[in-house]
This record gives sequence, structure tokens and C-alpha cells, in this order.
Amino acid sequence: MTQPGQTNGAAIHTEMLARHYKMGNTVIRAVDGVSLDIPAGDFLALLGASGSGKSSLLNLLAGLDHATSGVVFVLGRELGAMSALDLAHHRNRTIGMIFQSFNLLPRMTVMENVELPLRLAEVPRVERPQRVMQALARVGLSARLTHRPGELSGGEQQRVAIARALVNRPRILLADEPTGNLDSATGEEILRLIAAINKPKDNPGKDHPADLPNQTDSPEATTIVMVTHERALAERYANRIVTMADGRIISQESMVAPLTPRGPVTEQQGGTRP
Amino acid sequence: MKLRDLSELAARNLREAALRNVLTTLGIAVGVASLVAMLSLGVGLQELVGRRLERSGLFDSVLVRPRTGNGGPGQARDRFLGNGPAPGATTAPPPLDEAARQQLAQLPNVVEVYPEFRFTGDLRLGAAGHLAQIASLPASASGNDAFEGMQGHFFSSPSAHEIILQLDLARDLADLQQLQPAALIGREVVMRYAGRQPVAPGTSEAASSDTPPRRARDEGSPSPEDAALGFSIVSSQVPLRIVGVVEAQAVTSGGGGFGNAGAYLPVVVAQNLGVVQGNDMSEIVRESTTGASGNHYTNLTVRVAHPSGIPAVENAVKAMGYIPFSLQDVTRSLTRVFAILDMLLGIFGSLALAVASLGIINTLVMAILERRREIGVLKALGASNGDIRQLFFTEAGVMGLVGGTAGVLLGWGIGRAIQFVTAIYLRRQSIPAENIWTVPWWLVAGAIGFSVVVSLLAGMYPATRAAQLDPVEALRYE
Repeated sequence: MTQPGQTNGAAIHTEMLARHYKMGNTVIRAVDGVSLDIPAGDFLALLGASGSGKSSLLNLLAGLDHATSGVVFVLGRELGAMSALDLAHHRNRTIGMIFQSFNLLPRMTVMENVELPLRLAEVPRVERPQRVMQALARVGLSARLTHRPGELSGGEQQRVAIARALVNRPRILLADEPTGNLDSATGEEILRLIAAINKPKDNPGKDHPADLPNQTDSPEATTIVMVTHERALAERYANRIVTMADGRIISQESMVAPLTPRGPVTEQQGGTRP
Repeated sequence: MKLRDLSELAARNLREAALRNVLTTLGIAVGVASLVAMLSLGVGLQELVGRRLERSGLFDSVLVRPRTGNGGPGQARDRFLGNGPAPGATTAPPPLDEAARQQLAQLPNVVEVYPEFRFTGDLRLGAAGHLAQIASLPASASGNDAFEGMQGHFFSSPSAHEIILQLDLARDLADLQQLQPAALIGREVVMRYAGRQPVAPGTSEAASSDTPPRRARDEGSPSPEDAALGFSIVSSQVPLRIVGVVEAQAVTSGGGGFGNAGAYLPVVVAQNLGVVQGNDMSEIVRESTTGASGNHYTNLTVRVAHPSGIPAVENAVKAMGYIPFSLQDVTRSLTRVFAILDMLLGIFGSLALAVASLGIINTLVMAILERRREIGVLKALGASNGDIRQLFFTEAGVMGLVGGTAGVLLGWGIGRAIQFVTAIYLRRQSIPAENIWTVPWWLVAGAIGFSVVVSLLAGMYPATRAAQLDPVEALRYE
């Protein structure tokens, strides 16, 4: 079993991670023995069919769910050993989450939605407007502060959700099907934004939209774990693609040069590091 | 999360489901209003009765009597009542005289000390007359309930030669002249009475040849027998102006007075008249046996600033060697009765609040169902179980605070309305309006506080349930 500090510098390290659910007499193995290292600054895409366990794995990494067995380390801290309060702090400060259905609070304005994690982190009120404005500027939505989610397009809502995920300057961004509810053009735009967040300075070859600042507040690149079922998009933007089926990792592919048509280099199955 | 952020989020959530939350808060308000209404009525009635009793002179006075002589039957009775000296004590009881009256007046919290004069007089209006019980009244009796709504006015001064008639007597006197009772006010009446005429020692034989021969005195000073027979009873009369007619019987002394009176005189006037009272004969006998002499009072009434001062005064009176008597025990019983009444009214009032608390539980449980996904999002963004619990608690508390405040206002309004209607009803019954409604500050604060506490208790279950929601399940909820 891996001990704290033995995560080989990975931002995320899992070892024989499992999440089983009981439905009557049937045991559903949503995640079944996943061992995975995600280095800091990586952009990892989790691919797989519906029900393959991608979202369940993401929830375990987020600390939203508890593993049935195995361990998961995030930035050197084992989530299973953390109290409920520490897990809440982990979700608030260490990671940012993006969802397929955006999950903005419909009664709040854009500004209030983005401010929410700052409230939970008890950031002083005087600092909040500036932090919110910075986050919204990163996603190119500075002009929609007082709009409610219902008044925005799907792409704009997802950008607000990204700003909300970034406002507490997390080291890790977990995205669960961020383009699932968007048309292809908008989905592409969102992925370019996420890629820009991942490698803000050394990704000059990628075509960022003109309104997306190619800057980050973090001194280090943000580690991205993105669940998607769109292989083409994953191949274009991710550094690595992990494919899951029946709760297990069936393949890991390292993308030598994302955004190039060369295609992937397939690695051995079974969750070993490439 | 900080309290201000919690409050802002709670207020926002409450505004969103405005109709449901307003109805729930209204339910709390009605519950609190019912509680306030019930308790205000209880407190108001208690204060009304207290005020009435205080003004009646029954409960703020101590009747002071002298102890009887050694070995007498009265002493045995006093010992039985716990008022007498210890068995075997041989000291003579102190006289209840002017010096004792001054001493009693010096006691703490004592407002005034006055004797009671009660005698039979013949009130003559023109040629006709009518026998009546006459009683003395101190100037402070003007605040007595009996004089509320009297025809005419109270004595113009403590020594004015004026008389107030009780309505029945006034009717009898007025009938003699074929007048209405009120028409007697301002008229002069002549009061005939048995007066004490002091007899100088050694002159009693000269004063009346009919007087039986007395034993010769040994020395110049009067013997006890001489002193005992130190006054003659002579028929006297005095003109008095009728200044008022009262319907109710006035209380003339502490301890509830002794018997009714048909007419009232200022106590100073009654004292100066030197009337012979019914118990003067026993006084004569007492003086003849104890050798005491001088002007002794049969009893004195000690009026205290507040009924709460009665026990201390009673103890002081006992220590001085006199027998105190008050209706303090009756007031204690009344206080107990009102405490029970308040408790029962409070319980009935609280029932509505209990029902309202079910409304809070229902509203918050509904809110959990509606905001299930929102709770999941908050948890995904870093809200702890405590944050979620506090958020729901705050919402319950805000409903309790707003409902409690509105309830107090509503209860106050209901009280004013009942007060208004009661006043109209009483006036139609020719009864002076009374304030039966009191909302003391402690009731306002207590009702709001109680409302918040009940709301928080009601919010406990929903808040705990919301806090324990599985965020993964909550995020899946559509």
C-alpha cells in the first residue's frame, strides 16, 4: 500500500481503487481496482461508454464519494483518511468541478454564482469582487455579471461554471462531460478554454479564442481530469486518454502531440503508468 | 461559512419560495399571537385584580390590636393564634396609645397609621332622624374603589365637618324629605351621638348626684377605679355637611373592616368628637384591672406602601408587642391561582405555536426536496455538512424571528381590539372601562425568543437531513 509521500510526485495517485454499490442482492462494481497516476499539469481524458465508471471515478477523486476499497491520494493527501470537514475544504480549495449540466444556481446572478466558493472559503468580502472579476475575465464573461443563468446560452453557462471552478485557484480541475450539453462548436470552444487553463504558457500552437486570456493565476499549470465520451475532442486536447469499461481501465494512451493528426501511442492495459 | 453569508443565502432562499415561506411564517405569527393574546389576558387580569385589591385597602394594610391582659380569655385566644407572649411571660402588654401610633408610623414602608372609629349615630335632617352606623375614614381612602363614580366628592380636607352617605341610608334620609338621594348633597345634617365627657378626679360625685357613692381615695392620685370611671357619657350633636353619596361599602380599616357603615366621617373629626364606641366598656374594665389610663385605641390600621411590605411590618408589630392581622395569605393564594391560570393560558397559546412548528418542518422538508440538487452543488463546491445544517437552521430561525415579531404585533392588535370591544360593552352596562390587557416587555421578548427556539427545534430534523444528503445522489437528482 502506498504511504503518504510515496505518490511519485503525481498530483493524483490511486491504487486498487474500488467503488461498489449494492442493489438488492446484486453488487455493481462502478469502479473496480483502478490504479492510476496523474502527474501535476497533466490533461487526462477519461473515455468510456455510459456506465463504464468514469463519473464514479471522478467523484472519488473529488472526495464527493467514498471508496469501497483502495486508496486515492490528491496532492499527497489520502482522501479516505480525511474527515468530512477536510473533504469539504478539499473540494473547496484544492479542486474545481465542472459538470455536464453546468449546475449553476438559477436564482443567482453570474457574479453570485461565481462568488459562492469564495463565501464557502470565507474569503474576506472586500477581496471577492476582484477575484470574481478575474475568474470571469479568464472565461471572457466580464460583461454578464448581473445576468442569471437562464439568460445565458449553454456555452456561456459552462463558462460561468468554469469561472466558478477557478475562482478559488484550485490545482486540479475535474470536468464531468463539460461538452455533453453543448453543440460541437461551443464544445470545442469550451475545450480550448480548458486546455488554456491546463497549459497557459506553453501551448502556443493551439488556437485560443481571441476573448480568452491565455493566463492563469496559478504559478503551476492546472491538472485537468476530464470525463468525456467524445474521443475526437479528447485526442485533440488531452495529453493522455484513459479508457474505462466495467469499472476498469482498459487502455491508456499518451498523446505525443495533441492537436496533431498523428494519433495516439497505445500503452498496456491495467492502469500502469506510461 | 460566515454568519452574514449564511444570512444572505438564507434570506435569498426564503425569498425564492416566497408564498410558501410567507404562509409558514404567518402560521408562526398566528401561533405567537395566540400565545401573546392568552398570556396578555392572564397578565392583564392579574394586574387588574391586583390593582383593585390594592385600591380596596384590603391588602396593603395591617390591623394592629393590643394584647389582652394576663390570664384573660383573650390572651388564651392570642396564644392559640400564635400571637400571644410565650407561656409563663408575665410582662404587661403595651398599651395601644398615641405613642404607639407614632412608633408604628416610623416603621419602614409605612404610609400612614390611623385609628378606626365606629359608632351608632342619629342623623337628623330637619325634624326626622335615622339611626346609622357611622365609620371614620382617613384622607387616603379617597382612592378607594368604593368612591369611584360616587355622587358628590370626597372630604374637602382631613378635618372638614363633612359626611358621606352610603346610598341606602341616603335613600332613607331622602325619603323623609321626599327627595332624590343626590339632592341631599350640599345639605346639612345633624349627627347625634354618645360623647365622652372627661370627669376630673374627685369630681365625679359632684357631677351627678345620682352617681353611686364611691370608695374614698387613699391619696391625691386617682385609684384605678377612679381612672376607669374618668368620663361621662353625654348626648352630643354636631352639624355636618353632606358632600357625597356612595353606592358601595367602603373599607374603613385594615383586615377588611368590621361590619358595614351607613355614613363616613373624616377620621380626625371622629377623633375630636370623642365618641363613645361599642367596646369602650371593655376598655373601662381593662383600665380598672391594669391601672392603665389615658387615651387608648381599640385598634390601629397601618397602611403600607406596597403589599409586599406587609410581612416585614407584621413582624415589627409583633416585636413591639401588638397583634397584627392582614389578608396577606389571601393575596398569596391569589398569586398562586393566577400563576396556574397563566400557565394554562400559556399552554393553550403554545398549542397554536406547536402546530405552526409542524408547518416549519413541512416547509423545510419540501425545501430539501426542491433544493436537493442545489445542496449537492453546494457540497461539490466545498460546503461542509455543518454549512448546510446552519443554512437550514438559519432559514428556520429567520422564519421564527419574523413570525415571532409579526405574531407579537398581531397579538397586540388582537388585544387592543378586545380591549376596545370590552370597553364598549362595559360602558353599555354602565360600568367604567377597565384595562384588562397588558403586554409587558418580558412577554414581547419571551414570545419572540420562544418562537425562534421552537422554529430552530422544528428545523433540527430538516437541517440534519439536508446536511446528511449524499452529494453524488443529490447531484444526480432532477
